[in-house]
Amino acid sequence: MDIHEYQAKEILSKFGVSTPRGGIAYSPQNAKDRAAELGGEMWVVKAQIHAGARGKAGGIIVCKSLQEVSDAANKLLGKTLVTSQTGPAGKTVQRIYVEEATDIKKEFYLGLVFDRSSESIMVVASSEGGMSVEEIAKEKPETLIRAKVEAAVGMQSFQAREIAFGLGIEAKAISRCAEAILGCYKAFSNSDATMVEVNPLVLTGDDHVLALDCKMSFDDNALYRIPEIAELRDKSQEDPKETYAADRGLNYIALDGDIGNIINGAGLAMASMDMIKLAGGQPANFLDVGGGATPEKFVKAFKLISSDPKVRVILINIFAGINRCDWVAQGIVDALNQIKIEQPLVIRLAGTNVNEGMKILKDSKVKYIEASTLEEAANKAVQELKKLRKKG
Amino acid sequence: MSILINKDSKIIVQGFTGKIGTFHAQEMIEYGTNIVGGVTPGKGGQTHLDKPVFNTVKEAVKETGADTSILFVPPAFAADSAMEAADAGIKTLVAITDGIPAHDMIKVKRYMRRYKNEDRMTMVGPNCAGVISPGKCMLGIMPGHIYKEGNVGVIGRSGTLGYEAAQQMKNLGIGISTSVGIGGDPINGSSFKDHLEKFEQDDETKAILMIGEIGGPQEAEAADFAKENVSKPVIAYIAGLTAPKGKRMGHAGAIVSAYGESAAEKVEILKEAGIIIAKNPSVIGDTVESVLKTL
Repeated sequence: MDIHEYQAKEILSKFGVSTPRGGIAYSPQNAKDRAAELGGEMWVVKAQIHAGARGKAGGIIVCKSLQEVSDAANKLLGKTLVTSQTGPAGKTVQRIYVEEATDIKKEFYLGLVFDRSSESIMVVASSEGGMSVEEIAKEKPETLIRAKVEAAVGMQSFQAREIAFGLGIEAKAISRCAEAILGCYKAFSNSDATMVEVNPLVLTGDDHVLALDCKMSFDDNALYRIPEIAELRDKSQEDPKETYAADRGLNYIALDGDIGNIINGAGLAMASMDMIKLAGGQPANFLDVGGGATPEKFVKAFKLISSDPKVRVILINIFAGINRCDWVAQGIVDALNQIKIEQPLVIRLAGTNVNEGMKILKDSKVKYIEASTLEEAANKAVQELKKLRKKG
Repeated sequence: MSILINKDSKIIVQGFTGKIGTFHAQEMIEYGTNIVGGVTPGKGGQTHLDKPVFNTVKEAVKETGADTSILFVPPAFAADSAMEAADAGIKTLVAITDGIPAHDMIKVKRYMRRYKNEDRMTMVGPNCAGVISPGKCMLGIMPGHIYKEGNVGVIGRSGTLGYEAAQQMKNLGIGISTSVGIGGDPINGSSFKDHLEKFEQDDETKAILMIGEIGGPQEAEAADFAKENVSKPVIAYIAGLTAPKGKRMGHAGAIVSAYGESAAEKVEILKEAGIIIAKNPSVIGDTVESVLKTL
């Protein structure tokens, strides 16, 4: 789960990391009030969306008067920002963060992630702040500093100091920088985070160290024990169909193709999508209905897939293990009694009690095209699509 | 032989008396798995499915001589139970539980390193279908009847895709020595590499099939290992050619976030290490068959 910049900064400050003062706003007047409360002569108005690279997309505006703050808010609120991280659909700005301007002497990159190879938390830093870590790795790889944290004892002060010295920070600001790095580590390890990225971490004109921007992601499997973070979820930043599916216990990802599919198991779903592509088609989605393929689950899955205007053919591939094919077939039949679908339907069942399952489908009123293997299912789905295209 | 589990494994079930634990324990007993008891804290002294229930894993090990455990404990308590098994001297632990926080798994992995290599527990999973040595022992939630006994070792992340491969192989008359589900989580108990090593040493295993997917470094690490250390032929299929970057495809670990983690890149890395690639999921069985014919 992702959260907004201002929420991540609130968490960081709880762990002793300094951030610029700021306030959240939902309207231009609101934004002007926040700026007035902050005082000073310069402010930064920042679009709050769950994606980075906002600056290049016009999502961050520096303002020199209260009127400019109001104008910036007016421009950003309600706007759909497309950045290199949002995908082509972009994300809608529903709140903005008004922050006091910072006198920046130097910018750095600081990121904390899981290193799957060493199975530990990895801290990555660079003196080239402001660029994405991918860009740094490509253009200035020699500036990257990596430090592995020993899980049994956590991050040590010397590691934070080594990073700070490695960044070339002046002696008088070393301890402030090390404290900021340790604070980010504590925020990561104490709140079940999967990613903390401060980009940039800045050294100010008066030698303070501030987190000027921050992104945080959290482990969905741990949300049950971090309720104060779980409640920060902002559904407006998610794909509405993915949210609808997730709230109903389905694992769904929208894609660009026209063959919708309903599969049990994530690996088999990815494999079936690959097979669709090899057969000359394009999958419209990833959908894992999970182990217990109950009629209720199928109703939800059919509703989700058949209502997608892109979907012209639907492919079902279920390998039944403990959930037997006869139960699955009955689930499909019951679901299709409740919901009518327009698209041609290709069904492949395999595994436990497959013959009983196919008999239930044959004896029902369900109109479908039968396939016995994964390859046949993909080929038949693509054939159906071609027939529809010929018809126009 | 087979790896990890066989006819003589003495098995306990952690989370024995719960609904899921009970259901699958019954299925495993029917298959012929040697289940000697179970653990549910607070229910020690009772009998469940005609087997004794213990309060702690230590007690179960002491009373039954168990060396192997299967875990059905809910995600919030699963890491604790895994560490309890390691501490009690369990040698092989299969964790079925889906949804264990990644921070917990880091702790479990770190905890397991307290023990010397030769005493250290092998953990399989979590978020997996389990391990099966067909005809000998089933330790998991898979449909046992689709696995034929034989000479191919299988290591895979996904449950149902593993079933698909097992059935393709059975239809061609190809059997399996042991099939290991390492699970779909970003941090897992053991990896492709760990089991390649075990299969290389297993006399019964003639060839090894890896079923990988997008995300993480373990397929590439296995390729490096196989190149230097595995003399038996290795076949691989990688799922997720059509998976977009940065999207989590169902499994917590199935997300492309770095170079070498996409399906196409993994296929290249495996090929370079001399591993034979099954080009698509419907020819996994055929590819294994063609390799076996050359032996």
